[in-house]
Amino acid sequence: MSDTSSLTRPSRLPTAIPQAAKERRRRRWLRQLKRFFQRKPLGATGGLIVLLLVLTAIGAEWLATHDPTRTHATQTLRPPGAAFWLGTDHLGRDIYSRIVYGARVSLAVGLGSTLLGAIVGGMVGLWSGYLGGRTDLITQRFLDMMQALPLLVLALVMSAALGPAIHNAILAISIPLIPRAARVIRSSTLSIREMAYIEAARAIGVPQLRIVFRHVLPNTLGPFIVLATAQLGSAILVEASLSFLGLGIPEPYPSWGRMLSVSAAEYAQKAPWLVIFPGVAISLSVFGFNLLGDALRDVLDPKLRLQ
Amino acid sequence: MHAYLLRRLAGSVLTLLGMSMIIFALLRLAPGNIVDILFDSAGYVDPADKQLLMRDLGLDRPLVVQYVSWLGNLLRGDLGKSYHYDIAAWEIIRPRIPVTVELALLAIVVTVLIGVPAGVISAIRQDTWIDYAFRVFSLAGLSMPAFWLGMLIILLLVQGFAWMPSLLYVSPFEDLRAHLLQFLFPALAVGYRSSALIMRITRSSLLEVLREDYIRTAWAKGLPERAVVFRHALKNALLPVVTVIGIEFAFLIGGLVVTETVFNLPGVARFLVEAILWRDYPVVQNLVMFIAIVVVTTNLIVDVLYAWLDPRVRYE
Repeated sequence: MSDTSSLTRPSRLPTAIPQAAKERRRRRWLRQLKRFFQRKPLGATGGLIVLLLVLTAIGAEWLATHDPTRTHATQTLRPPGAAFWLGTDHLGRDIYSRIVYGARVSLAVGLGSTLLGAIVGGMVGLWSGYLGGRTDLITQRFLDMMQALPLLVLALVMSAALGPAIHNAILAISIPLIPRAARVIRSSTLSIREMAYIEAARAIGVPQLRIVFRHVLPNTLGPFIVLATAQLGSAILVEASLSFLGLGIPEPYPSWGRMLSVSAAEYAQKAPWLVIFPGVAISLSVFGFNLLGDALRDVLDPKLRLQ
Repeated sequence: MHAYLLRRLAGSVLTLLGMSMIIFALLRLAPGNIVDILFDSAGYVDPADKQLLMRDLGLDRPLVVQYVSWLGNLLRGDLGKSYHYDIAAWEIIRPRIPVTVELALLAIVVTVLIGVPAGVISAIRQDTWIDYAFRVFSLAGLSMPAFWLGMLIILLLVQGFAWMPSLLYVSPFEDLRAHLLQFLFPALAVGYRSSALIMRITRSSLLEVLREDYIRTAWAKGLPERAVVFRHALKNALLPVVTVIGIEFAFLIGGLVVTETVFNLPGVARFLVEAILWRDYPVVQNLVMFIAIVVVTTNLIVDVLYAWLDPRVRYE
């Protein structure tokens, strides 16, 4: 009966991996990567976009050509050119450098809120699904209530109540994500709970906490990754919307959503680059996460493919 | 059916009740109370003044009392008073409802007109270039912020046609053409995004139905593709789509919040943003509750309709 668990997880490797085995593993990994590129060209494109975003965020200091917050009084609303690659805004700040640094903000808020929401929601879903019964019922009703509001509306109210700050934006966006994460993890927990190896673990007297974290949790990882990737895109979008409305990331952080807010709309006709480039940055990043999320869902969770 | 209806109705009421508790708690959990926030930008304020306002707003009462009194007012249809306008919030909201409803309806029309055909074509030509093209198109819709799309539309209209929709609200009774033009572009911006969702649901739902035995029978009988897809498959495939359209209608409010701001339309969604920016919290709380009521009611109607449309759905 304990063999069932080995069917659902990769076979264990010996503690000391010989060089040849390491090489084999590397090659297998590369082969899998190549196959992913061939079978899921869209997903691979998404992966590349996400990689580009991550690299931009990490290397913002090297990639930026100007200080993103420095204003140049004599260089306002400059069109894209050699000195300012993507032009300057109404305060003379370099748009390209602001977009590069904005990647950091978008990624930080996206990752932070998704992780927070997914972990809290995941824990709720895990316990709710594993314990079942009345706990599950009450939790589900509670999550229903939280889901009765559009994501943006709840995030809007939360961020307004918490005040504009980067950590508040993360918190505000993570809360509406909790019920989504809880739902997904709960449904996979429900099916894992019924598996023979869990029954076996229970029969030999493994403590509940250990069963949940050691035997159930690792098997919900697939749907968890799929969910997190898909939610990252919407988290970035919500951050952009909040900042656009003046409720997300405060100045002087260069946030893409904020770059599109009032001032951009005001000067849009004179300086269309103010509107075009930050929007392209948002859309491209979210697009990348969506493409990758779709492909990962197909690969990691075939059950979800048709939903 | 009656028992099912009653159960769903009771469930909705409970959801709303719980929702009201969550909203109430969330706003109170946040640091600083409404009075502090109201005086935030005023510099030094006499603590006695603060105390007076606290009492005026009933904030010095225990939380339970505050909650019950808020709920009581809400049930009586009292949405509170706006600090900013100094009149009943309902007076401000009422003329804004038709604007939001009209925009939402137009956006849904755009959504269905783009989403359903795109989903059908994508499904019957699965894994061909046209399927890929439609999927990329729909994913692009899901990836673009609706407000940015709105800004781009305005930008293109001005640069290309030296024309833009009026930024002042035009009533349909004054000038119907100008009114429709004013609503068309925001509806396109919001509808494109929602259509992406509808397209994906239509595609996956149709793909699922196309694998059913009765469809194989239809093919085996030698029916033409059009008959198989439209007469046999689409009818069954559209049921989940109808549900999602209903839910999306209620959830559009999220997209409308920013789009109404971009196009300067005096709708309910924009008022929510304005109320938040003015820190008009009692109104925010009530507006959010109002949105929750719309969402829950729409969900209820969709569920009942679904059960009524599809005899296979059991009233459990």
